[in-house]
Amino acid sequence: MSDTAETRADDAPSIKDYLGEHIRDYGMLIALVVIMVFFQFTTDGTLLRPVNITNLFLQNSYIIIMALGMLLVIVAGHIDLSVGSVVGFIGALAAVMIVQWGWSMWLAVPACLAIGAGIGAAQGYWIAYWRIPSFIVTLAGMLVFRGASLWLLEGQSVGPFPSEFQKLSTGFIPDLVPFLGDLVANITGAKRVNGFAVLCGILIAGGIVWLGIRARQRDARFGMTSEPMPFFVIRTALVAGAIVFISYKLSTFRGLPNVLITMGLLTVVYAFLTERTTTGRRVYALGGNEKAAKLSGIKTERLTFLTFVNMGLLAGLAGLIFAARLNTATPKAGVAFELDVIAAVFIGGASMSGGVGKIVGAVVGAFIMGVMNNGMSIMGIGIDYQQVIKGLVLLAAVIFDVYNKSKQG
Amino acid sequence: MSALLEMQSITKTFPGVKALDRVNLTVREGEIHALVGENGAGKSTLMKVLSGVYPHGSYDGKIIYDGEEARFGSINDSEKRGIIIIHQELALVPLLSIAENLFLGNECANRGVISWPETYRRTEELLKKVGLRESPTTLVDRLGVGKQQLVEIAKALSKDVRLLILDEPTAALQENDSAKLLDLLEELRRQGITSILISHKLNEVSRVADTITVIRDGGAISTLDAKAGEISEDRIIRDMVGRDMSHRYPDRQRNPGDLLFEVRDWNVTHPEHADRQVIKGASFTVKKGEIVGIAGLMGSGRTELAMSLFGRSYGRNITGTAMLHGKPVDLSTVDRAIAAGLAYVTEDRKSLGLVLDDPISRNITLANLAGVSRNGVLSEGREQQTAEKYRKAMNIRTPGVHQKVVNLSGGNQQKVVLGKWLFTDPQVLILDEPTRGIDVGAKFEIYNIMNDLAAEGRGVVMISSEMPELLGMCDRIYVMNEGRLVGELSAAEASQERIMSFIVNTKKPAMDKEPAI
Repeated sequence: MSDTAETRADDAPSIKDYLGEHIRDYGMLIALVVIMVFFQFTTDGTLLRPVNITNLFLQNSYIIIMALGMLLVIVAGHIDLSVGSVVGFIGALAAVMIVQWGWSMWLAVPACLAIGAGIGAAQGYWIAYWRIPSFIVTLAGMLVFRGASLWLLEGQSVGPFPSEFQKLSTGFIPDLVPFLGDLVANITGAKRVNGFAVLCGILIAGGIVWLGIRARQRDARFGMTSEPMPFFVIRTALVAGAIVFISYKLSTFRGLPNVLITMGLLTVVYAFLTERTTTGRRVYALGGNEKAAKLSGIKTERLTFLTFVNMGLLAGLAGLIFAARLNTATPKAGVAFELDVIAAVFIGGASMSGGVGKIVGAVVGAFIMGVMNNGMSIMGIGIDYQQVIKGLVLLAAVIFDVYNKSKQG
Repeated sequence: MSALLEMQSITKTFPGVKALDRVNLTVREGEIHALVGENGAGKSTLMKVLSGVYPHGSYDGKIIYDGEEARFGSINDSEKRGIIIIHQELALVPLLSIAENLFLGNECANRGVISWPETYRRTEELLKKVGLRESPTTLVDRLGVGKQQLVEIAKALSKDVRLLILDEPTAALQENDSAKLLDLLEELRRQGITSILISHKLNEVSRVADTITVIRDGGAISTLDAKAGEISEDRIIRDMVGRDMSHRYPDRQRNPGDLLFEVRDWNVTHPEHADRQVIKGASFTVKKGEIVGIAGLMGSGRTELAMSLFGRSYGRNITGTAMLHGKPVDLSTVDRAIAAGLAYVTEDRKSLGLVLDDPISRNITLANLAGVSRNGVLSEGREQQTAEKYRKAMNIRTPGVHQKVVNLSGGNQQKVVLGKWLFTDPQVLILDEPTRGIDVGAKFEIYNIMNDLAAEGRGVVMISSEMPELLGMCDRIYVMNEGRLVGELSAAEASQERIMSFIVNTKKPAMDKEPAI
């Protein structure tokens, strides 16, 4: 086969092939847009009001943060059922430390994060080195840490927290560039605009466009098949536009919530970790074929252990944010969170058998669940129907995956 | 004899590929019809069309079975007419007994209640027919692959088979098990059962087949009447690969250099049974530019020796010394073994060698991610270039390196595994059954790659169950039996007979040319 023939064979069916392989990625994005448009109409525009967008982020931040860790756990071929209980336990611990013992938050927060990581380590140890199924170890953890938080709080709610701790969740970034805000306010006629939020939105959108173009150039240089041009333009325009739009909306309320920054940064870090680093690649190989990974010199036990340490750390962070948001620690905090987190990861396209899944998918999956929760609550749909609908959405997403896979194979 | 089966002008297309192109196949009643061809030539596709896996309407052409046109909509339809396929990967439930497996889905039951006496009686009958002396209650996972194969055939017989299709039944079998299986096929022929035998092993094909059809690139190239006279294997190979292959093993300069790798007094205990010593005092050497063979039966400890050397991936209580360039090296973990310059190409590439759902590029870089990254950050461009380089060097036949390896043929998959290990730039490569389940053309390419590696001054250890391959490729051959290296032969003195005699005369204490330390 000559070189030219090869490239032609590569290019000819590209759009169809490309769509076949990536239909899942676009499907997710389209589903999110459709769901948002749907609720925007059915809630008479409440969904995209600045205050509600802010709420959406506050309500879902802890799920998304845990979904980042859960994605790694699931890609590695495991599961963690204990994260909901860990959220409750760490929240309780923070309350005891700060409210009852009077610790400074600058001491209590690192201590809580360290203990979260320690819980992950304790569970990961049995899973990685003793090969006890993660389902069982973390089921035990789920019971143990639920019990432990009840014990810590003696069955009571403990609070309130000092205001600086609350800022973990409900704080906002002050406007660092007010003149820009005034400028935008003059143009759009809004009452008050947070210039920093607008600036961030524009910078991030610009960054996404720039990175996308650079990636395409690199693909072209190495002769890799990349996204067909029209797809790239539409997708990038949509994502960049949505970011500018949302940041503007946020700017007309109170600006960027602290927790949005935390969540955004973590998402970028974990997306980079999974897609661009050797560590991330090894986790995928571990989940794809553990024995082959091991015979390729990958320390599979240690890697499994570390994914659980990481999960514990993120669950600890989520516990702190959740406690700060409620401004109190209750024994019931975090109940059934693990199910939302796991559902988000699977809606996001991860495979139960490991080796497959993306950070961005998990985040979009969490937003799909979050927007549906929020939209249905605004519409006044009862919790009974909400559960049924969420369950069916999860099932539909996975059926869509399996159907796609069987069609390809 | 009349024709039991006529497949006329069968054409099957998959998106973008014509897998079968107007193939004709005629199988006469009561014969053993061999189907040979390279991997990916279309043999399996043809059999899937026949058995209804690809239902009527999804292909063009006509199937005449037993005098009438057959239009199978599913595998159940073809089974009802007595066409039964036994796949390469056996479809037995390991933790059920032989009897339970035989009648799975077809139980001797009355209104859902199983009659065990009836089941066992019929099982014993069937086992007698296939010559398997085991109790019907024995669990299938207690049986070796050879016996499991017989259980599969017994299962086919329980369904009143008329046309038995065996897809590479002897690929995983030892020589004597293979011989038994072939005897059984001949016995079934006497009972009037027609068989189609798909095989890569040409000596077996020429032994039992009445007719041989060669398939190449989706078309039937020739049909040879094996009864009419001796058909030379070279003739079959020529039809299979479409070129004359007078030498099955490529020539090379044999000039081994200095001592490269040495193992002394290597002992390994079974990972679960502490009292079972699997490797007993094995010592061997590999020189630069040398291809060293390890012969022996399956289960003699060859794979265990290789894996215990490679980062202690097998066994425990491992003792002994391994030396590279005369200095002891640390091979205690896989990454240290790789760093020291060792590579191990596993015999089980699907479950131990590849991440099947990953593309070629990711598989090639997996054992040396540091080679395509800086400070732990991967460069996709370098990964792409690397994979592309090995795709060209190994002649992996795919349009690009983004192809998932699960979709590649056995030969191409093996080249991906080889590429992966070459990218770690090893000094010593241990190749465990490197040509198992690979077609003739790809085998030749793998041999060429091995020769190139030796010519570059690397040491190659080749473990193989196929003696002709060892004799054709190696400079020296060690013979392994029951955990010991029981003999060593130079290329000049080696022959199948001498290797076998070492294996048979095992009872004697181990003989070692070099003094054990």
